[in-house]
Amino acid sequence: MGASVSERREVISIRNLWAGYEHEQVLEDVNLSVYEGDFIGLIGPNGGGKTTLVKVLLGLLPPMRGEVRILGQPVKKGRRYIGYVPQIVEFDRDFPVSVWEVTRMGRLGRRGLLRRFNAEDEAIVARALREVDLLELRDRPIGELSGGQRQRAYIARALASEPEILLLDEPTSSVDPQVSVSIYELLEELNAHATILLISHDVSVVSSYVKTVGCLNRRLFYHNDRQLTPEMLEQAYQCPIDLIAHGVPHRVFAEHGAGIHEHHLEEGA
Amino acid sequence: MITALLEALQFGFMRNALLVGVLVSVATGIIGTFVVVKRIVFISGGIAHAAYGGIGVGYYVKYTLLPLFFAGSVAATNPRPGYYPIVGATLFSLIAAAIMGLVQRRTRQRADTIIGVLWAIGMAMGIIFVDQTEGYKADLMSYLFGSILAVERSEVILILVLDAIIVAVVALFYKELLAISFDETFATVENLPVDAIYIVLLCLIALTVVMLMRVVGLILVIAMLTIPAAIAGQYVRDMRRMMVWAIGLGMAFTVVGLFLSYAWNLTSGASIILVAGVAYLISLAAARLRGYRWGGREARVQGRIAPTQPPPEGEE
Repeated sequence: MGASVSERREVISIRNLWAGYEHEQVLEDVNLSVYEGDFIGLIGPNGGGKTTLVKVLLGLLPPMRGEVRILGQPVKKGRRYIGYVPQIVEFDRDFPVSVWEVTRMGRLGRRGLLRRFNAEDEAIVARALREVDLLELRDRPIGELSGGQRQRAYIARALASEPEILLLDEPTSSVDPQVSVSIYELLEELNAHATILLISHDVSVVSSYVKTVGCLNRRLFYHNDRQLTPEMLEQAYQCPIDLIAHGVPHRVFAEHGAGIHEHHLEEGA
Repeated sequence: MITALLEALQFGFMRNALLVGVLVSVATGIIGTFVVVKRIVFISGGIAHAAYGGIGVGYYVKYTLLPLFFAGSVAATNPRPGYYPIVGATLFSLIAAAIMGLVQRRTRQRADTIIGVLWAIGMAMGIIFVDQTEGYKADLMSYLFGSILAVERSEVILILVLDAIIVAVVALFYKELLAISFDETFATVENLPVDAIYIVLLCLIALTVVMLMRVVGLILVIAMLTIPAAIAGQYVRDMRRMMVWAIGLGMAFTVVGLFLSYAWNLTSGASIILVAGVAYLISLAAARLRGYRWGGREARVQGRIAPTQPPPEGEE
């Protein structure tokens, strides 16, 4: 794998990143290279810094130390190459906006102030909605979609910005397992022409669809490998033990796709 | 009743008041929709009350400061306050909007406390300045409770201009305003100047508040800003249609309220608000009866998810 990696373009580069908030250091010395065509899943317990890493990548939180570059540019410039799919949280179901309008928000960065959306934008929005199989619901108010449909709408919005990289935060946190599988299948398809970096606490599903996995718990354990080794998990989940609600899993899967049964990796709040 | 209505229309001040009500409803419907969907009712209340400081300053400048410098001038001898309080209110509400917006953006905690404090400081300043003003202040109450019947011709022009500004700015920045109302984080990632757009929205609220103050008074501004849009939001799921409905409802409430106040000799601002408030309660009750908001739609949404699946494992 190492040889092919060096030939591909590095789209995200994180070097010695330290980040956190006023009184709390959350990420420590994180290093990560994401290459074109990658499909990386980063897993880790809640409080392990997943959301913080997303914020840093989006330029919403300045790093304390270290450097993050997206396609060679600082994040505030480079983030326009990122299609961001936020975690679905409970939101105002009455918000008067249609699936089409939400998806079209992905074009905002391309169009700019005082410019109207044009035919090209409409075509791209239609294509994005077709890709996530939501075109026939285009006029539906966003609040009337199911969890899975809403997730697809957000993916379409990200696609509408014609991103080089898709960045997903907990893409399946609020959908049932069946829908979650269909979303990962969609991501697998999209990976044909976009680099994907996703962040989740859902160890089982993640590791069976992504190309490579890493563990994030303050520090990042990532070896550009598909295998989630017991050592990685141990390292990731052992560190600050108090962060894990239900104790540390000692026996995880020996090989990917097998023992998809561990249920203690996500923190139960 | 009909004859009373026709009779009312014979008065110039009544026709004037109707015109003002209709014009102000345009701004109210558009801006009120943003206030409701973005849930910034509280900060809008803060802007409205801080505006009172400007009214006090306006009075003070007109009746105390100007006579000091221009003794015996026209400005000093004219008994009516003219445009001074309105200009003061406009400036104060714009400044309050900018400060509150920045505070909200720059400090992560307790922004609502700071807004509440600014709200009170604005009002207190108004009271002090009015206290310090000598002479005529009889129509001061009209800013608290509205006086649509006393709106002057020159103010109608001002209202037209403010309407035009509000419609133009919203039309120009509609896609950005929608984006920051729906999902600010995403708008930020799309490199929109989110903070600037938000401050612009607050300034539009400030201008609307100043107009509404003439109609229903600053104490009741919040009701007029939110009720039409809130009712509209129960029936339509499209922002532009919500605005159109809110404008229509605002006009209806103002016209009905005005006629009721004329027919029964009631305070006009309070009559308008009561009409709006009763309409809102009826619409809530109707919605509940239809089971639309609380049962039906939720059920329809749930129905599309496979009902047999157990809840996802990762759910808390």
